[in-house]
Amino acid sequence: MLTFTLRRLLLAVPTLLFISLVIFLLLEASPGDPLGDVPLTVPPEVKERMREALGLGQAWYIRYALWLKQFFWVEPLYWFDGVFGTAFSDGMQRIISFQSRSPVFDVIAQRLPQTLTVVGMSYLVGVLIAIPIGIISAYRQYSWFDQLGTFVSMVGFSMPTFFTGVVMIIVFAVNLQWFPSVYDTTHRVTDWDSFMVQVRQMVMPVTVLALYNAAQISRFMRASMLDNLGQDYVRTARAKGLSERVVVLKHVLRNSLIPVVTVIALGLPTVFGGAIITEQVFKVNGLGQLLISAIHANDIPMVLTLTFLFAILIVLFTLIADILYGVLDPRIRYD
Amino acid sequence: MTDTERQQALNTAELVDETAASAGLTGTLPPDTPQVAGGETRSQWRDVWRQFRSHRGAMIALALFILTILFVSVGPWLWTIDPTYVDIRARNSGFSAAHPLGTDQLGRDLLARLMAGGRVSIAVGLTAMVIAILLGSLIGVLSGYFRRLDAPLMRMTELFLALPLLPLLLLMVTLFREPLSKNFGPATGIFLLIVTAIGATSWMQAARIVRGEVLGLKEREFILAAKSIGTPPHRMILRHILPNVLSPIMVAATLGIATAIITESALSFLGLGFPPDFPTWGRLLFDAVDQMVLYPWRVILPGLFISLTVLCVNYIGDGLRDAMDPRIRGR
Repeated sequence: MLTFTLRRLLLAVPTLLFISLVIFLLLEASPGDPLGDVPLTVPPEVKERMREALGLGQAWYIRYALWLKQFFWVEPLYWFDGVFGTAFSDGMQRIISFQSRSPVFDVIAQRLPQTLTVVGMSYLVGVLIAIPIGIISAYRQYSWFDQLGTFVSMVGFSMPTFFTGVVMIIVFAVNLQWFPSVYDTTHRVTDWDSFMVQVRQMVMPVTVLALYNAAQISRFMRASMLDNLGQDYVRTARAKGLSERVVVLKHVLRNSLIPVVTVIALGLPTVFGGAIITEQVFKVNGLGQLLISAIHANDIPMVLTLTFLFAILIVLFTLIADILYGVLDPRIRYD
Repeated sequence: MTDTERQQALNTAELVDETAASAGLTGTLPPDTPQVAGGETRSQWRDVWRQFRSHRGAMIALALFILTILFVSVGPWLWTIDPTYVDIRARNSGFSAAHPLGTDQLGRDLLARLMAGGRVSIAVGLTAMVIAILLGSLIGVLSGYFRRLDAPLMRMTELFLALPLLPLLLLMVTLFREPLSKNFGPATGIFLLIVTAIGATSWMQAARIVRGEVLGLKEREFILAAKSIGTPPHRMILRHILPNVLSPIMVAATLGIATAIITESALSFLGLGFPPDFPTWGRLLFDAVDQMVLYPWRVILPGLFISLTVLCVNYIGDGLRDAMDPRIRGR
């Protein structure tokens, strides 16, 4: 298991390098100009100096290597300094955003909590809804609950989050006025009342994302339960007189959760991607909103770093899913 | 005679044949006129269709999907208002005889815009799906059939699977919309861009499925037989492999339409899809969001169309999978 993990980790390095190169070259091939918004009255030689200052003067491979150095060496050093109070990164250039002229990672650190609370909560809620639904609809296959559950999960799966989000805003924010339609990220939780405000503003984005995730996961859960319910060991468990509760919730559920857990791990990075849309609907200024505004402003370092972070998440969670599969199911041996 | 009745007749005939055959062994002599093979046979596709028809959800979905396609293709012949015609005096009107679904903030007829938008959305879905399936099947068959290509092609598939797709799509669309619209005109340029972008980023699942199927098929006797009579690889793939992996490809294709439609409308919703005077369902939804408090219907209608189409396509895919693979029926 350890050798497998190490091998996969080593393999992840070239994968990630390749992905970063693809993103970098894609940005490089773009006709957009980060200085496009500079007024025309600025003389060309000044513009050229501005270009130099942004680091755009060199050849692309030098800038790529520089970015790699900043991402993998300077930023970790800076973080290390921040934690232990050392001064290794003094005088080193961090990745700077074109838009705000501040370090990219500082901006990301400001936006991350919003995305994590909304996306994390919604995934958690989604999983908590999906698993019981999957269990019941597999146990009572073809019952009205199962039919309804399958239909609802099909619908939830087919409705894009930007539509469900907008409909929820129309119904609950505009007509019923239960929840605010805009997520206020400056809100601080200090006491019970402000906590309730936070809960109220989180309800809608979390529900939208949770429903979408629950729809997918519950289908996996149901299929996996159905696979296991027909197995011989279930008959044996029943035959030796175990109560139905123990059979289903202990024997079958445990075995059925193995593939579902990996699906949950695999789905997590895509949820961050999907959150881009939900954040746009509810005006949450998280990572997705940051990415979109950076794309519009031709902020190359920001786009590159953010997209690369998404790629890291995907590679990491694929690895986690594979390892979890091996840990949970002793029959699976990678070595 | 309907299909079902004919099949039932065939089933009974088969049963009679079986019992008669065993009776012949024990009792009387076989008949003088042996039964001629041939006549009415069951083709695989008729069996699939019969099975598909028993899936009620899929049948309803198929009917609705055909209705939607008729709505967007034949609709503009019947409802001849130009979707881009600006009638500023009739702006923001509600449901009326002149504009059954009302008009938008520029007085453009919403019904006509929904038809035109659906055309583009469904065309994008279908074309992107075709690209993705062609790419996916090609890569899947190549890596499943030729052992030497397997490792590099699968590495590449894994690389593509690790790409953050939505951010990359956003990036591609923003970066290349200007040059492409200059070269091909705004509508065609963006269409080509979006279709290739979606197609190039969604072939991986199909490739993996096809590769798995091909690997399994390669061990079968009929492939060995075909190989032993000297069938060259290209004919082997076209005649023996592809027809046998057609069913998983078709299921993947149907589900691919749904994803492509959703992706296109998501791009449009983020303001990075088609230009404003070129309606698609996602674009209509995006345009209406600003005024959703006053005119909620303008948001709900395009959204409903997107969801309904995707739901139908998903149900059809479900039904197809059930019909083609009896082992997983009911999952």
